[in-house]
Amino acid sequence: METGTSRVKRGMAEMQKGGVIMDVMNAEQAQIAEAAGATAVMALERVPSDIRAAGGVARMADPTIVEQVMAVVSIPVMAKARIGHYVEAKVLESLGVDYIDESEVLTPADEVFHISKSEFTVPFVCGAKDLGEALRRIQEGASMLRTKGEPGTGNVVEAVRHLRLIFGQIRKVQNLSKDELYHEAKTLGVPYDLLLGVHETGRLPVVNFAAGGVATPSDAALMMHLGADGIFVGSGIFKSENPEKFARAIVEATTHYEDYALIARVSKDLGAPMKGIEISKLEPSQRMQDRGI
Amino acid sequence: MNIGVLALQGAVAEHIRSIGLAGGHGVAVKQPQQLGSVDGLVIPGGESTTIGKLMRKYGFIDALRDFSQAGKPIFGTCAGLIVLAERLDGGEEPHLGLMNMTVARNAFGRQRESFETDLDVQGIESPLRAVFIRAPLIKEVGDDVEVLASYKGEIVTARQGHLLAASFHPELTDDYRLHGLFLDMARQAR
Repeated sequence: METGTSRVKRGMAEMQKGGVIMDVMNAEQAQIAEAAGATAVMALERVPSDIRAAGGVARMADPTIVEQVMAVVSIPVMAKARIGHYVEAKVLESLGVDYIDESEVLTPADEVFHISKSEFTVPFVCGAKDLGEALRRIQEGASMLRTKGEPGTGNVVEAVRHLRLIFGQIRKVQNLSKDELYHEAKTLGVPYDLLLGVHETGRLPVVNFAAGGVATPSDAALMMHLGADGIFVGSGIFKSENPEKFARAIVEATTHYEDYALIARVSKDLGAPMKGIEISKLEPSQRMQDRGI
Repeated sequence: MNIGVLALQGAVAEHIRSIGLAGGHGVAVKQPQQLGSVDGLVIPGGESTTIGKLMRKYGFIDALRDFSQAGKPIFGTCAGLIVLAERLDGGEEPHLGLMNMTVARNAFGRQRESFETDLDVQGIESPLRAVFIRAPLIKEVGDDVEVLASYKGEIVTARQGHLLAASFHPELTDDYRLHGLFLDMARQAR
C-alpha cells in the first residue's frame, strides 16, 4: 500500500475534470458552492479581487477558516500557500487539505525557488502562463496545472491568452525533430524528458484547468471550448450580485459548454457579474501573473 | 460493442480509453437520449455530489432506472459506485438506488490517505493495481450481491447481476481487465 504516488496525486485532479472549483471565504460560502455543484472549494481569507483592493502582503489563510470549511463540506478542500513558502504548505498538509495551490495570488515568499512539491503526500496545483512554466512546475512535482490568467480582474482575456499559448506551444513541440527538441528544451528552460513526453503525446502529463478572470457562464464555456479540463472561479462567484445563481449557472455551462441554448438559458436574470478591470489599466506591479515564472 | 461513459463530470476520457483497450467502443454520454444507442454505461469517478446533482437536473435518474430495468449493464467506479448504491451511510439521499448495498463516502479519509495497492479480484487471475482516491467503501451488501474484492476486510468491488461497482479507479492504469469483464457482461445482456 503506497500513499502520495504520482498516480494517486495526479489521479485526484483527473477526478475534478469537467468541474468547477470555487473560491470561498467561509463555511457558509463553501456550503453554497457545494450545493451548486462545485467539485471542490478553495478556502481563502480573501478572494483575489479583495486582495487586489487591500494591497499589502497576502498570506496563507487562517487555519481556522480552512478547518471550518473542511468541517462543513464533503467535496475536496484546497488552500493556497505562497510561492516558495514550504512551511505554509506543510501547515496546510498537516490540516489535511486535499490539494495545495502554490499561488501567485498570494505575495511570493521566494522570488527564485518554488516549493519542492514531490516530497509532499498532498498534491499541488500551480499556475502557468506558458509551456515552460507548466513543465517546470511539473518537474518540481505539481500534479495539476491551471492557467494563471489575471486573478481578481473578472477579465478572461489573460486566461485565454495563456491557454492558447500553451496549446500552440504543444502543437509546435509535436512537430519538432529530435535534435530540435534538445534546443527547444534549452530555450524553454525545461527538462528534456518532459518535453519529449509532450512531443510524443501531444498533451501535458497532468490536468490543466483555466483560471484567472472567469466571471460568467459563457467565460467558463469559452475556456472549455479552448481545451481547458475544468474551471477555477475565484472572485467571479462571491463578488457577483447573486452568488448562488452564478455558481449553479457556471457549473452547468461548464458541463454543457457546447450547448449554447442551455448556456443562454442559465445566463438569464443572473444579476450583475463582478465588476471587471481592463488589463491595460493595471500597473506592472499589480500583475499577479508575472510572479513565480 | 458501444459502451457509454456518463460525461457530466469526472474521468470520462480515461474510461473511454480503457474501454477501447478492452476491445469496445467508448462514447461520451451527455444527454439521456443517447442511452438508446449504447449496450452498457460506465459511471466514472468524479465528485458524486456534482454528478448526482447534474443527473437529477438532466433527467438521468429515471432514464438510467429504465436502462437498468431493461437489463442493460452499468459499471460505477468510485463516485459511480456511490451513485449506484441503494443506501448511503450517514443518511444522505441515494442517487440511482439500484444496487442493494450500503456505501460510506470518503471512507479512507482525505486525499493524503489516498493510496494504490495490489488487489485480488474474483474472476481476474493475478492481482490488479488498484488506485483509491478519497474512495468510498461498501459497508454491507444484500444477498443478491456478489462480493468480488475486499481490502483489509472491507468490500471494494461487487456485482449484482448486470450491475458492477468498484470503489477504486481501474481507468487510471493500463490494466483493462475489469473493463473486459464489464464488456463480457454487456455482450451477455445483448
